[in-house]
Formats: sequence, structure tokens, C-alpha cells
Amino acid sequence: MSEAREQVLGALRRSLRRGDTAGTSATASRLAEHRRNLIPARADLPRAEQVALFETWAVRQAASVVRVSDAAAVPGALAAFLKAENLPAEVRMAPDPELEALPWRDQPMLTVTKGPARDSDAVSLTGALAGIAETGTLLLHSGPAGPTSLNFLPETHVVVLSANRIVASYEDGWDILRARFGEGTLPRTVNYITGPSRTADIEQTIQLGAHGPRRLHIILVGANADAERD
Amino acid sequence: MESSARAFKENARAAVADPQLKRALSHVKEGFIGKRAKAAAKLPEFEVLRDAARDIKNHTLDHLDLYLEHYERKVTETGGQVHWCPTAEDARRAVLEICRAVGARTVTKGKSMIAEEIALNDHLEANGITPVETDLGEYIIQLRGETPSHIIAPAVHLTKDLVEADFRAHHTAFPPERPLSEPRQLVNEAREVLRGKYLAADVGITGANFLVAETGTSVIVTNEGNGDLTQVLPRVHIVVASLEKVVPTLEDVSTILRVLARSATGQECSTYTTFSTGPRRAEDPDGPDQYHVVLLDNGRSSMLGGEFQDMLRCIRCGACMNHCPVYHAIGGHAYGWVYPGPMGAVLTPNLIGIEEAGHLPSASTFCGRCESVCPMRIPLPKMMRHWREREFERHLSPAGARAGLALWAFFAKRPSLYHFVTGMAAPLLAALGRGRFRRLPLAGGWTAHRDMPAPEGRTFRQLWAGRRQGESR
Amino acid sequence: MSEKPPRVGLFVTCLVDLFRPTVGFAAAKLLEDAGCTVEVPRTQTCCGQPAYNSGDRGDARSIAARTVEAFEGYDYVVAPSGSCAAMLREHYPALFTDDPGMAAKAAKLAGRTYELVSFLTDVRGVTGVEARFPGSVTYHDSCSGLRELGIKHQPRALLATVDGLTLAEHADAEVCCGFGGTFCVKYPDISNTMVSEKADAVESTGADTLLAGDLGCLLNMAGKLKRRGAKTSIRHVAEVLAGMTEQPAIGESAEG
Repeated sequence: MSEAREQVLGALRRSLRRGDTAGTSATASRLAEHRRNLIPARADLPRAEQVALFETWAVRQAASVVRVSDAAAVPGALAAFLKAENLPAEVRMAPDPELEALPWRDQPMLTVTKGPARDSDAVSLTGALAGIAETGTLLLHSGPAGPTSLNFLPETHVVVLSANRIVASYEDGWDILRARFGEGTLPRTVNYITGPSRTADIEQTIQLGAHGPRRLHIILVGANADAERD
Repeated sequence: MESSARAFKENARAAVADPQLKRALSHVKEGFIGKRAKAAAKLPEFEVLRDAARDIKNHTLDHLDLYLEHYERKVTETGGQVHWCPTAEDARRAVLEICRAVGARTVTKGKSMIAEEIALNDHLEANGITPVETDLGEYIIQLRGETPSHIIAPAVHLTKDLVEADFRAHHTAFPPERPLSEPRQLVNEAREVLRGKYLAADVGITGANFLVAETGTSVIVTNEGNGDLTQVLPRVHIVVASLEKVVPTLEDVSTILRVLARSATGQECSTYTTFSTGPRRAEDPDGPDQYHVVLLDNGRSSMLGGEFQDMLRCIRCGACMNHCPVYHAIGGHAYGWVYPGPMGAVLTPNLIGIEEAGHLPSASTFCGRCESVCPMRIPLPKMMRHWREREFERHLSPAGARAGLALWAFFAKRPSLYHFVTGMAAPLLAALGRGRFRRLPLAGGWTAHRDMPAPEGRTFRQLWAGRRQGESR
Repeated sequence: MSEKPPRVGLFVTCLVDLFRPTVGFAAAKLLEDAGCTVEVPRTQTCCGQPAYNSGDRGDARSIAARTVEAFEGYDYVVAPSGSCAAMLREHYPALFTDDPGMAAKAAKLAGRTYELVSFLTDVRGVTGVEARFPGSVTYHDSCSGLRELGIKHQPRALLATVDGLTLAEHADAEVCCGFGGTFCVKYPDISNTMVSEKADAVESTGADTLLAGDLGCLLNMAGKLKRRGAKTSIRHVAEVLAGMTEQPAIGESAEG
């Protein structure tokens, strides 16, 4: 190991006045247990109310939300959104099997291409691993089905989220990720996204669309049905 | 960065006389304070979360070496590399070497106070690499050749008309007649200019709000999304972070995040909280091929275990300066180095020496507003006092002030003498003053700006003794 | 069943002793009205803040030790100042961390020390005063009292019972006036900016009188308001609560 490394660690140990193994068990167990700290009670609600809370907070943070009854209605909802916002009928879609399985044929006027974002893409469409009710936040992660650039480069980001993926807290999000990817590891990028990009760097007045998307539109699937969590 | 902290008094004098700065700083007072108060009030658990956040960091600092070792192991496991840097010089060299190894010409940068601390931009430029700041505020001050005046709102000292003038001067490809007086128009133009920079950059450099030991992850918290474009598009992602940023677990980060945005901008949470772990995986369609963490000590290890350890809990939310009446009066540049306001008053002397930064911990009324809003419950006034004690012990405080203090203390420790002198002085001053003085010898610091009220007449002690005698008769 | 009246040692504070004895007498009257016996130990001088806040721990300790000694044996120690009371309460014990004997004495003193107005309301259960003060007042929350001792509603509660008085809050009442002990002479430009903003806020309420619980802040604010020719009178809150307002206000003389 490098000299610089030993220099820094040595300095830390001298300041902490202890040998290099003392305390190891305390840190090891804390890391392994990753116990939850206090979580605000705000999202500790029955499922239907969690979905409503998610929507309330997402809208408060300037996202737009539309509810559709089932996945088959997503292409239509997307086309309607693009039209209402005066956007071109072209989307760059994540290569996500769940999105690929949607009935795109129903919207022949809509051009759907797949892959990471390009400079020319105006609208992206991605899925989400979860929605966090506490603050109306989306949880996305990188992987073959989720190029991260889609979340940031296009001016408009549309996210398809199943209502039964809405959970209470960030901590619930971590549990979902650990269940999928294992303990002590994460995908390259995990994004918690709440509303569209913004800045207040000029005279503290908030402007949307600083560098990332100006619009964040959430198509919430199955929120009206009796959604059971899978 | 070169320090002008020694010239704090002169800096402050110039700052309070600057009407443009006064206008710009009024936004700090109007914006941040009310928003933070509202956000805190909306979360019933806010105060308890502050305790929890403090406890997490205290535990981490007590085991900092162990968590850093674990953190490094996880970074390495996921294909990243940690570069340990005892000094700013080491960190600059590490970044430059990585950039050179990939033949980088331009780098985009997300906001990083550590990059400011190690003066990274100057170093890259001196070595033929063009750094482009992408945070809007940082971009503006880079155009102006300035440094940030606030740790989360770097351009808070500027008004929009100044930004407009800078954009007109630098963005010469745009039509000169374009409207550009509204923040909206300024933001759009910066967006357009920077888009090309993101796509062209060879390396992206970001800071880190946290490093997570559990997973070897670096975390950034932004509203603009610039930090994300900076790290997802170029081939190489470099994180520059100081070593106290580490926390044990993802749960611990989540807890601290709940107090961070609320304390900083009064938001429920920031727009983007991004967790980056290693380079892109084999099957990932995008993301950087290389992931480096330049881990900086720069004097922090010597703060551990001493009277300034609590300062290492700081999460750089800026609440202390947002609420500081001294910061409101003079802005961030007057402090003369990277970190302004109360957190800077404690941290800066640790990093560049009390000889250089002695004014910073002295220039406080100890009003305590900073501590009252600090999400990590850092006892900032107490630590400023520690610095004053060190200055006093080392005879660094001004001789005149020391002499005055010594004279006063001589009397204060001798009650009979003290009361003899005050008993003589009070009636005399009362007779001379007729209510108040416009000028008073040896009190020029006071009477330059305000009158000095005169004593009523005899001292309380004299009058009280009289009253008691009267009663007993 | 008459309870023995508590013996209160009045910590006059050096500024009240020198500049504004009326505040000391007002404090004594309010304490006596609240059923206390008031004594003024002769060996008190200053709480030691000028030394303590200048980093002169040695002198701060010596002065603190004298104060601890001077106030031994009282049931309570009360100061008409949040800043000095906080010094005794919150900071004295920390000065003697390496001297367990003194630390214990300092801790004992700390536990018995109160700021005047909060002592009246919180310890003695005073809910009103017999006083008349016609006109509008605005109240500045001095920093130490507010943030170290939690004094906010107590003075307002008692002022509300003063006959003829109306309270007009000024903006940013909780923001520092820029006094800060030696700060105001060490950094006059910054201090002036702060006290100017305070004076603006006070004047814009149109209140006749500015009140506060700390003489240091009052001298600073009075100095600024008077320099500007403001019509506002400045007084310590104890003067109004005790009905002792015959003396000219701070910075004013009988001739006007």
C-alpha cells in the first residue's frame, strides 16, 4: 500500500489515540446490520394514502403526474402528454423489457427509439425501481435497462411508475436495492430524483431546467386499482 | 487559493460600503432564513433528526480510520481507485496525473469546495487543461475570475444585471440584441452554452457530499443536474473529497440527507441525490470507464481527537452563514479564503493557520444564531472562542487590545480598587456627558459611529450603600 | 404557613453599576415585590466576559472564582442581564474542568443563577406587575438571553400587564444588534452596519420606546439611535416593569 495512505491513516490513528484494530468489531457490525435510524412518521400510512402522498409531494416539487389504470394505457398517455405540451412525437426509451412490452403499436404516430440519450433527444422515457412517498421522489438506477443519461440530458423526462412500487422511505428503497443486487453493493449509479432540474443561483429566484430536464412527467400505473405490492 | 484573511478588516470595510453587494446580500436574508424555518416546521421529527445526524457523525469520526479502510476496500472491489492525499499539493498532482493519463484537454466540473480548497482550476489551467465549471453560480464566477462567496450559492454576491453584463461580454456567438435581463433568460443561455461542454469533456470532476463505507459510494446532492451530466458523459469520473465525508451506511446517509436540504435551501429534499459506485459495469449502456476518488486530508486528521473535532461533522449546508449577521453585513469574500461565515471562522484557521486567519474567529458577536440552526449541532461559538484562547496564549492578538484587557482585568480582580475607581469615574462622566458623548478619548471605535451614553451619576454600589444606611437609621 | 423568603444575591453587572443604577434598583424592587430578600455582595465586579471572550482564560477564571465566592450561600443569584446570567450559568463550570473543587462550586452557582425577568416568571411564578407606562414599546431579544437561556415570551408576558403599554414588534427582533462586547470596537464597520439595521427596524415600528434586557445592547442601540437623532427612548425592561421611569432614558439628560 502507498506511503501516502499509511501517512493519512497513521495520522488519523495517532489523533484517535488507539491501535489499528481496536473498534473493528463495532464498525463491522454497524456496517453489516445497517440499522435504520429514526424515520419520519409522515409516510407511515396505508398503501392508498402512500400513493396519494407520493403524488402530492411530486407535484409540489414541480413534477406532473397522470394516473392510468393499467400498463396498456401508457403509450396513449404519453402521446397525449407530448401533444398537450407541444412536444415532438419522438421519444428515446430505456431498453427496459417492461417498457418494450407496452403496446406501442397503438400509437403509430409516435416514434420510439432505444438506447442512451443523445444530444438531439428532446424526450426520454424510463421506468423506475420505486417511488418514495415521503418526498415524492423517484428511485432509478443504472444497468442494461436504464441508461443514466436518459435521466438528465433530454429536456423532458417521462417516467413510468407502477403504483405498487411506491414505498414509504429512502430506507425502503435501500432494502429493495439490496434484495436485487446483494449486500454491500450498488449499481454504478443510483438516482433519487424529485421534480425537474432547477437553480436559484441568480438572485435566489428559482428557475426550472437549469441543466437537467425542464419537465419531469410521471405516468402512475394502476393507482386506482387495488394495487397489491408484489 | 491565496488567502487575504489577514486583510479581513480592510475587506470588511470595503464590503459594507458597497451598495451593489448590499443589494445582493439582501437575498440571503430574505430567501434562506424563512425557507429553512418553514421546512423545519413541516417535519415534526426535525430536531430529533438533528440529534441523530450529530450522533452518526460522532460515531464515524471516532472510527474514521476503520470506516475509510472499509470504504476504500469497497471502491476497489467495484473497480474504482482511491488516491490518498495528505496535502492539497498531493491532491492537485493526483488529479493532474489522471487527466494526463487519458490525454484530457477539457474537464467539466460539478460544484466542489474541496476543488476550491486545493485551487484545482488554476493548477489544471497552468498545465494546459481547460476546466469548465458547470454549476450555474460557479460558471458565472469562473467567467468573472472570482471565487465563491458562499458554499452553496457561490454567486450570491452578484445581482442579475452584473451577470447579464458578463454573459454579453463572454457569449459573443449570441445576437447582441437578445433580451437578457431576466433570470429565466440567463439560465437558458447558460444551459445552451454548457450543453456542448458536457458532451465534449474528457473528464468530469465532482465533489462529494458523502462517502458511504458500506458500499464504496460517493454521493452528490444537486438541484441543477450539472453534477450528473458531469459524471455520466465523460470517460473518466474523478471525485475530490475530504476524508471526513465518510459515513457508515446508506441508512446513515438517508438520515443526514433529511436535515441537509432543509437546512440549506429549505427544500424537502434536493432535486437530485446521486449515488455513484465504481465505473460503468460491463453491461451498462453509459457511464464513465474510470472512477477515481481523490481523498484529501490537508490538516483534518490533526483536528480529530482535539477541541476542533466537532467541526468535522460539518455537512456544508451553509445554514450558519445564511443566519449570520456578520456574513449578511460583509458577504463571503471579505473572509479572505475558501470557507466564509461561522463554519469558515472555525475551519479556516485549522487549514491555513491562526496566524493567517486570526480575524475570522474574532469577528463574531457570539450571537449564537449559527449554532442554533446548525443541523449537525456544531458548537461554533465555543470553537471560535477556542481559537481566541490560542491566539491569546500565543500573543497573536493586538498589543493595544491586550494591554487594555490586562488593565481592566487588574481592576476587575480587585473589587475595592475597582469600586474606588468606578465610584470616581461615574459621577465625573455623568457631569461631563449631559446624557451622552459624541466623542470620547480612547473610545473612537465606538464613537465613530454612535454616541456613548453617559452614566446616570453615582454608581449603583454607592447609591445602594446609601439606601441601606437610610433604611437602618 | 408563611414560607421563608428566598435570599437573592443580586448580580448587578458592571455596566448597570457604572452606567445605569436605576436598573439595579428596579431589579431589587421587582425581586422584593416577588417575595425575595435582596442582598448585593460587595466583592462583585464583573462576570468576566470581556476576558473570556477575548481568549484570556486565566483572567476569566480568576474573576469567575471571585464571583463564585462572592455569591456563596444565596438561594438564588439573579442578574438583570441575559448575557451575564448565561456566563455564570452556562460558562463558569467549563472554566474549571481541571479543578474539581472549583468546578463543583461553579456548577452549584450555575444551578442557582437566573436572568431577572425569567426568574420572576419561571421561578417565582409572577404573572403581572403593578406599573404604568403609557405608549408603544418595541422589544429587542438579546442574543445570550434568547439562545442560551430561552428568554423570549417572559418579558413580553409581563410587559402585557403594564398599564397603558402596547407592544409593537420590530422585524428581526431576534437578530444581534452588533454589540458583542469588544466586537463593537474591534470591528466598528461591521458593528455599525448591524446596529444601523437594528435602528432601522426599531424606527420603522414608530414605537416610542425600545426595551431590552441587556444594558450592553441598550448602550449600543441607544448610541446609534441618538446619533441619528431618532426620537425613540431607550430603557432597560426592568425599569418599565418596576415602574421606575422617572430617570431620563438611556443617553438622555434631564435638560433633554
